[in-house]
Amino acid sequence: MSAVVLRGFGWRHGGRRRWALRGVDLRVESGERVLLLGPSGAGKSTLLAALAGLLPEDSGEQEGAVEIDGLDPRKARERVGILFQDPQTQLVMARSGDDVAFGLENRGVPAGEIWPRVDEALRRVGFPYDRDRPTAALSGGEQQRLALAGTLALRPGLLLLDEPTANLDPAGAALIRRAVANALDPDTTMILVEHRVTEALPLVDRVVVLEPGGGVRADGPPETVFAAHGDALAAAGVWVPGHVAPPRHAAAPPGDVLLTAGRLGLPPRLAPTDLRVRAGEALAVLGPNGAGKSTLALLLGGLLKPGTGTVTASAELAGRDARTPPHRWRAPALVRRIGSVFQDPEHQFVTATVRDELALGPRRTGQPDTAVTATVDGLLERLRLDKLAGANPYTLSGGEARRLSVATALATAPRLLICDEPTYGQDRRTWLELVDLLAELRDAGHGVVAVTHDEDFVAALADRTLTLDRSPSGAERSPDGRSSTGVAEAARAGDDGPAAGGVP
Amino acid sequence: MNHTDSNRWRTVDIVVASVIAVAFGVVFQLWNILWKGSDGPFAFFAPLQSVMYGVWLIPAVLSALIVRKPGAALLTETVASTVSVLLGSPYGAMAILQGAVQGLGVESVFAATRYRSYRPVTAALAGAAGGLFATVFDVLYWYPATSWTTFRLPYIAFGVLSCLLVAGLGAVALTRALANTGVLDRFPAGRDRALV
Amino acid sequence: MIGLEPVAVPGAPLARRNPVAKLAAALVFTVILVATLDPVAPAIAIAVELAALPLFGVRYRVLARRAWPLLAGAVGILVTLVLFAADRSGPVLLQAGPILVTEGVLTTALGLVLRMVAVALPGIVVFATTDPTDLADALIQNAKAPARFAIGALAAFRMVPLLEQEWRMISMARRARGVDAGRNPVAKLRLFASTAFTLLVGAIRRGTRLAVAMDARGFDAGTPRTVARPQRFTRADTLLVAGAALLAGAALATSIALGTFRPLIG
Ligand SMILES: Nc1ncnc2c1ncn2[C@@H]1O[C@H](COP(=O)(O)OP(=O)(O)OP(=O)(O)O)[C@@H](O)[C@H]1O
Ligand SMILES: Nc1ncnc2c1ncn2[C@@H]1O[C@H](COP(=O)(O)OP(=O)(O)OP(=O)(O)O)[C@@H](O)[C@H]1O
Ligand SMILES: [Mg+2]
Ligand SMILES: [Mg+2]
Repeated sequence: MSAVVLRGFGWRHGGRRRWALRGVDLRVESGERVLLLGPSGAGKSTLLAALAGLLPEDSGEQEGAVEIDGLDPRKARERVGILFQDPQTQLVMARSGDDVAFGLENRGVPAGEIWPRVDEALRRVGFPYDRDRPTAALSGGEQQRLALAGTLALRPGLLLLDEPTANLDPAGAALIRRAVANALDPDTTMILVEHRVTEALPLVDRVVVLEPGGGVRADGPPETVFAAHGDALAAAGVWVPGHVAPPRHAAAPPGDVLLTAGRLGLPPRLAPTDLRVRAGEALAVLGPNGAGKSTLALLLGGLLKPGTGTVTASAELAGRDARTPPHRWRAPALVRRIGSVFQDPEHQFVTATVRDELALGPRRTGQPDTAVTATVDGLLERLRLDKLAGANPYTLSGGEARRLSVATALATAPRLLICDEPTYGQDRRTWLELVDLLAELRDAGHGVVAVTHDEDFVAALADRTLTLDRSPSGAERSPDGRSSTGVAEAARAGDDGPAAGGVP
Repeated sequence: MNHTDSNRWRTVDIVVASVIAVAFGVVFQLWNILWKGSDGPFAFFAPLQSVMYGVWLIPAVLSALIVRKPGAALLTETVASTVSVLLGSPYGAMAILQGAVQGLGVESVFAATRYRSYRPVTAALAGAAGGLFATVFDVLYWYPATSWTTFRLPYIAFGVLSCLLVAGLGAVALTRALANTGVLDRFPAGRDRALV
Repeated sequence: MIGLEPVAVPGAPLARRNPVAKLAAALVFTVILVATLDPVAPAIAIAVELAALPLFGVRYRVLARRAWPLLAGAVGILVTLVLFAADRSGPVLLQAGPILVTEGVLTTALGLVLRMVAVALPGIVVFATTDPTDLADALIQNAKAPARFAIGALAAFRMVPLLEQEWRMISMARRARGVDAGRNPVAKLRLFASTAFTLLVGAIRRGTRLAVAMDARGFDAGTPRTVARPQRFTRADTLLVAGAALLAGAALATSIALGTFRPLIG
């Protein structure tokens, strides 16, 4: 029931020379459902923060005006509910029910009404546990659902959602979308930021595309916008429905085995798993939230000690070190052989600027300075981070941070690259660039393992897939003693070749 | 409501002061063990043990330098010691009282400047004052019946010196290092960095 | 290293009391006991505390695990007093160079060791049986603590287990980026320091984001808060505090009656 007006609105974050947003003129009427699009770094998250009244006056510079029902957003916070990109930081309390109640207490809702409203909100998002469930024991998807419940319980007039399904498995993402659809009252205004347009379209009746550097590029009903500007938008990086990405499968059959995992597991996070990674092939690891994909990636990357089973590197990958398992290698040797991209990019940053971050790996492997500079500059340009070379990695937008973390691993050109969700939160242009980079790496004879929920990515790049099941720990052996690890491995349909040899 | 120069605590002030307290509450747990473990090595001259004192007062000075609000030192030190008790500190409820006394010492110096000066000299003095309050409390409470000349006065002197250096100047250095990473952008201590 | 869950058996009669009452009882008990230096009063107090332990639902084994560093502390006190006691009256028991151990010194040391244990136990028991959320709620509702501060501290406290995970993540990240210390102890120390610093930076960053999320849900709106979890301070809670004062007072009185009482000051 809230209306939004932006007049020549602009915001420049403290410490930045460039404006994150500028000259934005926009009216959203009460009850409208808007999909906010724009390339990575266009200022979408910044705009939502402005609407929620969460851009502190002392943390940047504002231009123009923004109003919610004629009020300064900082004074209209009780009309607005926002769900951020990262659920971890929005949970406040130790127990799930208390967390939903937190906002109601703050708003002075009478004590008697609080728990019924909490229960109703939990039910609407399909939260599967009771109110006493510790928030620390929830998976990412469950946390996201709980955070949504906390927002909905406040019955906001304006609901702001910032990539609410990033990092969720397809089933979980569908669940959140359904929860949003069910939870919206007819007069609730909603602004949704989501790169993957196709899935989001059923929820919205209007599309607004932000132009990086200033203003609104397109605005109107989805069909009209995509019909009029589809190609231009796709070229500018917007995911336009119907613009499929060209596939990039391996031209040559895969080469030698680089890494073999035998009954590799870490109870209770990962059930024993067998797999083999070859040079010149891209393996996609799929599976629901909590199946142990990230754990598998860390084990393969030589970063975690296996709980059960083994990781064996071939002589092709490790030379004389092939007899020691990767988790015992010295770090400088490790980065030259196996590169890792973490699921949460921020977990990976070590230095204070984007440039240093990229230079760190090559320096540790002993490359000369000129070579380091050349590598760094090349990657900065290709992944469109050149204007941010001096920025602190932690101030990047979601998509920029993801790109940087992938680039840091690419910088040492490891023989085997293991990436956890390399493409989430990317606009179409950088997505294509990332797929190209990974494809080039593979075609040059490197091995690529990618943990992902991104079906387009699998379709475009993967030569083989491995699907982990969420099998309860301890149940990894069936009565006949054979493995039932809940692992399914498949070669790309229609492909022949030795790909399926992953499971002995 | 968002003016940093006013004395009202913003949410981010409260939460960051508490986060510093929680982080150091965990450090205190480790320091408890180190302190107890060093009883042996320091036995030859027990008062010298208080050279390890500075670490106990870092959160008070650090939080005052970052948050710059009345009560920051007192609150942070008290919460830090409470957290260490919640995590199972062997000193029991007494540690909370002790934390409050230490925080009060640090607070007194910043209060004396009417919360206007956050220069290194002030921080060093604040650390020293915290050390004084803390060690005097210690000798009266934990070490009664000891001699003033051979034990108490040296204990206080070493403690004050340690707090001046480690808690006072150490917190200044730590604040600078933190500001360089950009996490203090919402605080006065983190302003004035170069634009990119 | 870090145990966060309350270790009490649920439903124990005294563990269920209001957290503020438990805290007040522990403080009252402690402060009264601090007044004396003799061994008798703390010995009685320890006996009382150990007897009350089952009422709090705390098992002796659990208490022993939490309290073992106290024993190290006891040794420290003994050594300090033997070497630095002000008053060395009484028959000499041992003399070796500068070391002069008299009966007076030993009595004082014994008194101090017992006092340290007696004073520490109530706090350990109270916090072992109290959930942090309940404590914050009770502090706000029954002790009139400012809600913004209590809730802010509680939200920050939720980060403790995250800190441990974060530490592991940071260490892995460094390794993944080619940074390790190898066998060099100096490099190890530097890596440790830089990991700890990164952890602090991450915690503060998390804190600033958490503050934003809290504001987004109306934390700082100035509206009077309501409470979802009412905490009551009942007659039983008053009795608990009074009982603690009474028992500590009785221990002191016994010591005075026996003529062993030695005031802390004077
Ligand atoms: N706290 C901050 N400090 C400095 N700069 C920032 C901060 N947050 C964002 N920026 C910058 O502002 C610009 C817009 O960021 P924003 O997060 O709004 O982008 P976005 O459109 O949401 O992108 P994405 O799709 O990648 O999430 C980016 O260039 C980013 O680097
Ligand atoms: N450090 C940890 N300690 C204990 N359990 C963990 C840890 N990290 C993850 N887990 C648990 O192990 C299981 C597997 O986690 P993992 O992160 O590997 O899943 P995932 O398949 O990557 O899920 P997602 O798709 O959500 O990223 C989950 O149930 C998770 O809660
Ligand atoms: Mg964003
Ligand atoms: Mg994962």
